[in-house]
Amino acid sequence: MSRKARLVLFAVAAAGFGVVLVYGLAGLPAFGDYKGVYGNVINGLGVTVRHATDLVTALNFDIRAFDTLGEEFILFASVLGVVLILREMREEQQRPAQEESEEHTFSGASEALRALSLGVIPGLLVIGVYIVVHGQLTPGGGFQGGVILAAGPLAVFLAGRYLRMKIVAPHTLVEIGEAAGAAGYVLVGFGGLVFAGVFLKNFLPLGATGHLLSGGQLAVASVAVGLEVSGAFVIAFSEFLDQAIAVRGGPES
Amino acid sequence: MTLLQIAALAGVAIGGGAVVVATNPLRQTLVLSVYGMALTMLFFVFQAPDVALSEIVVSTVGLPVMILLALRKVREHEQERREEKQ
Repeated sequence: MSRKARLVLFAVAAAGFGVVLVYGLAGLPAFGDYKGVYGNVINGLGVTVRHATDLVTALNFDIRAFDTLGEEFILFASVLGVVLILREMREEQQRPAQEESEEHTFSGASEALRALSLGVIPGLLVIGVYIVVHGQLTPGGGFQGGVILAAGPLAVFLAGRYLRMKIVAPHTLVEIGEAAGAAGYVLVGFGGLVFAGVFLKNFLPLGATGHLLSGGQLAVASVAVGLEVSGAFVIAFSEFLDQAIAVRGGPES
Repeated sequence: MTLLQIAALAGVAIGGGAVVVATNPLRQTLVLSVYGMALTMLFFVFQAPDVALSEIVVSTVGLPVMILLALRKVREHEQERREEKQ
């Protein structure tokens, strides 16, 4: 296609898009003028029926928990794909053992980066656990807390300890954690099926609103997702790190 | 709309433009991370702290690490190809 034809095509498409966009924007409600019914219903039900003060988490892990099940397994499947592809490549092109020992410290790390990384590790772990277990009370939940927890082993690597990262977060343990998190969420669902008659329906005591042990099964589901997400991210990080540090070259070299 | 919300929207507009304008992939990754911070501020001032938390963990931890490690791998490739030519 010539440059002129491309420009003509772009002009037509852009004009059409512009018309639809302006038409759509003109029909929007005024800023801050919420007309939905669903949100108001959730606001009314979340605290009284579910004893959860963070309604977004209540929505994710209870009212629409089935959607979250699907999202969780999207992450699980994609990490599985990364592992399958990258490990296959790694086995073929692992560097010789003696060369590897020198590579185990991340030589690019400056003293300041090392000190800072070591300093933030406890903070990351505390914030991560806090956000995972307080999902039903304050903003956050399994996903956000899980990624923060996964940043802990990453900080160990940034502190210049590639090998130490493997000791802090061994592959087998992280894999078991990820699988246990994914399975845990499904088990919570089956608990609802067995004890309450409906998949993912709450079957645990709801507890006092605003307390740590409240919200029934949605708090348990949030912790399961936290485990799954932190495991998934640690696996993905460590596979990428192995590729960048321990494996030389690519598929065709 | 408050002044803070207008400032956050302007920050996102500038940040998004900056990501597109940056040409060096390494620099672009860091600009992308800063853009993620701008988006986080946007979600926060528009009263969506859950989304803000998701955005901050993805854009400052998840995404840049994977892009940076992939870039390192690509560089290694290019270097090897150059050595083969010589």
